[in-house]
Amino acid sequence: MTPDTSAYMIGGYVFFFIAMGIYLISLALRWRNLKEELKILRSEEKKEQL
Amino acid sequence: MERKPALLTVLDVVAILVLLIAAYLALIYAPTEAVMGAVQRVFYFHVATAWVGMLGFLAAGFAGVMYLVRHDLKWDTIEVAAVEISLVFFFIAIALGSIWARPVWNTWWTWDPRLTTAAVTELVYLAYFMLRQGIEDPERRARFGAVYTLVGAVSVPITFMAIRLFRTIHPVVIGTPSAAAQGGFAMSSSMKVAFFFALFAFTIIFIDLFWHRIRLGRLANQVEQARLQAQF
Repeated sequence: MTPDTSAYMIGGYVFFFIAMGIYLISLALRWRNLKEELKILRSEEKKEQL
Repeated sequence: MERKPALLTVLDVVAILVLLIAAYLALIYAPTEAVMGAVQRVFYFHVATAWVGMLGFLAAGFAGVMYLVRHDLKWDTIEVAAVEISLVFFFIAIALGSIWARPVWNTWWTWDPRLTTAAVTELVYLAYFMLRQGIEDPERRARFGAVYTLVGAVSVPITFMAIRLFRTIHPVVIGTPSAAAQGGFAMSSSMKVAFFFALFAFTIIFIDLFWHRIRLGRLANQVEQARLQAQF
């Protein structure tokens, strides 16, 4: 008889999608923070030039 | 700041689509394996994530060689991107393998040659980031990273061949398994479709994430330059 191992299968796929989601969020957050920092640094540079 | 290329947006959409198709093939289309039951379906994503993990580590080694030859920091950015994404995928592969092993081997973890070499590979590349953080000079950091990834890439073929060279309980799905292997199975034609499509899908997802991570690295370099200019 085939054993019922569906809980492990569900656990595996839930883990996969959560891990991928966390990584994608980390990429998006880093991108946003760097863009903001670059914007601030460039506006300060312009102010100094004026 | 560079605009997001249209091709990258197309690749994002394709990556999401192939991921959904791969999930459908693995969870619904492929038949349930008779001995292990539903947990065998974890195998499709386990192998595919391990494949792109190893691909990225090799790509990082190649980028390391290119940096040592050209001394161009863009290769350092590519190398870091490859290592980071591979670390994530390889970690997922190890975790999925552990989840699969619990009902099949009756343990979450065992110091089998394949599991040990995989864990060592993951730790080698984790140490890469920790050691990089200790070097401030970008040129020195890049040189160190290039040599490190070149040496680290040796762990990839060792991990890949571990189940073919040593007596191991890890199954070999393609090729001749060790006599001690537990949890092996012969793939039916629909299982092969799910398996090879998962490999293809994760290659696309890897390329997509790799591109995004390289862009992030370039943006980080721009911020670093702007910071330096602000200081002087």
